[in-house]
Amino acid sequence: MNAVIIDKLKARFGEQNIEASEFRGELTIVVPKDRIVEICRFLKDDPDLEFDFLIDLCGIDMNTPVKRFGVIYNLYSLTSKYRLRLKTFTEEQEPKVPTVTGVWGTANWHERESFDMFGIVFEGHPDLRRVYMPEDFEHYPLRKDFPLMGIPGSIPLPKNK
Amino acid sequence: MEPRAEEVPRKTKILQALEDQNTSVSFEDPLENDMILNMGPQHPATHGVLRLLLRLDGETVIGCVPEIGYLHRGYEKLAENCTYHEFIPHTDRLDYLSPMNNNTAYAIAVEKLLDIEAPIRAQYIRVLISELARISSHLMFLGSLAMDVGALTVWMWAFREREKQYDLFENIAGARFTTSYTRIGGLAQDVSSETLAMVKKFIDELPGHIVECEKLLNTNRIFLERTDGIGIVTREQAIDLGLTGPGLRACGVGHDLRQANPYLVYSNLDFDVPVYEGGDALARYYVRMAEMRESVKIIHQVLEKMPAGEVSAFKPKKVLPRKERVYTKMEELIHDFMLVNFGVAPPVGEIYSAVEAPKGELGFYIYSSGEGYPWRMKIRSPSFVNLQSLPTMIIGCMISDVVAIIGSLDPVMGEADK
Repeated sequence: MNAVIIDKLKARFGEQNIEASEFRGELTIVVPKDRIVEICRFLKDDPDLEFDFLIDLCGIDMNTPVKRFGVIYNLYSLTSKYRLRLKTFTEEQEPKVPTVTGVWGTANWHERESFDMFGIVFEGHPDLRRVYMPEDFEHYPLRKDFPLMGIPGSIPLPKNK
Repeated sequence: MEPRAEEVPRKTKILQALEDQNTSVSFEDPLENDMILNMGPQHPATHGVLRLLLRLDGETVIGCVPEIGYLHRGYEKLAENCTYHEFIPHTDRLDYLSPMNNNTAYAIAVEKLLDIEAPIRAQYIRVLISELARISSHLMFLGSLAMDVGALTVWMWAFREREKQYDLFENIAGARFTTSYTRIGGLAQDVSSETLAMVKKFIDELPGHIVECEKLLNTNRIFLERTDGIGIVTREQAIDLGLTGPGLRACGVGHDLRQANPYLVYSNLDFDVPVYEGGDALARYYVRMAEMRESVKIIHQVLEKMPAGEVSAFKPKKVLPRKERVYTKMEELIHDFMLVNFGVAPPVGEIYSAVEAPKGELGFYIYSSGEGYPWRMKIRSPSFVNLQSLPTMIIGCMISDVVAIIGSLDPVMGEADK
């Protein structure tokens, strides 16, 4: 199945855009961010693949000078019961990735969470607000440069009277 | 500290989201009938600290924006600063109604990353505790849904059964709520035959008690009218919204990871996946009641088939050794020191591993950079994703149905907020 997925994607989107790797039997495909929506739609609509379920979407901070932030899409197919992971990277300056809410509605909250935690902006998202942290919070807690114990004063506490 | 200047835009931002949300009902309102109701976070029927902003036209809900994050404790950040063993107690605090499932899910995920497997007896015990926890979670659902629609007796009866289960968990793991029972590569300790006899007695009696509760509800006109046809989500909507667990199976999709992608020893066990059509609160109730019976069936088989043997894999560099051996053997002492201080270091790589928790698919995505701490751990919690379907279910219902719908969805905020 892994080979079928890679072949199909390579035939459709070109050799240079599909970078596949395998670990513990799980297939990970790194794709360029400007084609992510196209690839997701293809994976969902293709009759042989049918990845109809977006199980999870999360961000990752690689803490590298180039391609610092990544977005990871864990897909699942209800028909073939098969899993696939897509990955795409974006730069530290202007971390922007197109939204996939148009392909799977469930991406809405997942993308809000990645925005909240990493500051990755999902272009075209219908309602990109913070989901866990207060709306006026200025930092992104899951970035590697955010300290574990938090930043003193970043969340205003009620005044003592 | 300076007073906050952004007080005003903050308030309007949430309201803006409510107004922007595209609802099927028109917002044109010449009589200005619309009212905004803030439900929660402190509300007895929201099952924790869930806040809903409801837009009402009379008693009909025409807009709904859930707000979560009141219980956010940053477990994903903590995980990046814990060794893989140290994180086990934190998994108890995710879905605190069925901690055993979380322990098991986490252990399986790390074992997949390390490429080891727990011994067969440990796997059977993990199935046993997962199914006990599933019953415990569904009993909580049963009690709270019944109480939300006004039937207090069922709540008492369900909690009487849960109390017996907590005694079992205390015997198995040594703690009633925060069990932390699994270890990477096995379990903290074996289960004694006396405890297994107690489990046997419990599951022999349980179906009778489930029938007692069903007698109060299944033909109860109030219960049926409060749940039948309420909070409908269609099959297509459910898949699009990523709904998993009983919520999805109540829409006619027979998806259960225990059968779709069997883990542990589920492939050796014979059980059915209950599927109901309808996608309403009543169907979600039926699915869970049927699942409890299936769990009883699974536990009976586990008790029969469970072999004797070790409960921890023999992988000295990856699995914590037994305490008595640490105190008496040099080699084990060294391994214990290394594992506790530096952690088990998996190779560079990433895995996603999921189990069927009572609320849906509970998954762990772990990215390892080859160190003792995970570089990134994402918890795919079912409650977080399931809550996203709440507006779809609620819009168009009456305000009194909101509590029944939340009850039928059975979210746990510890898990949704992480």
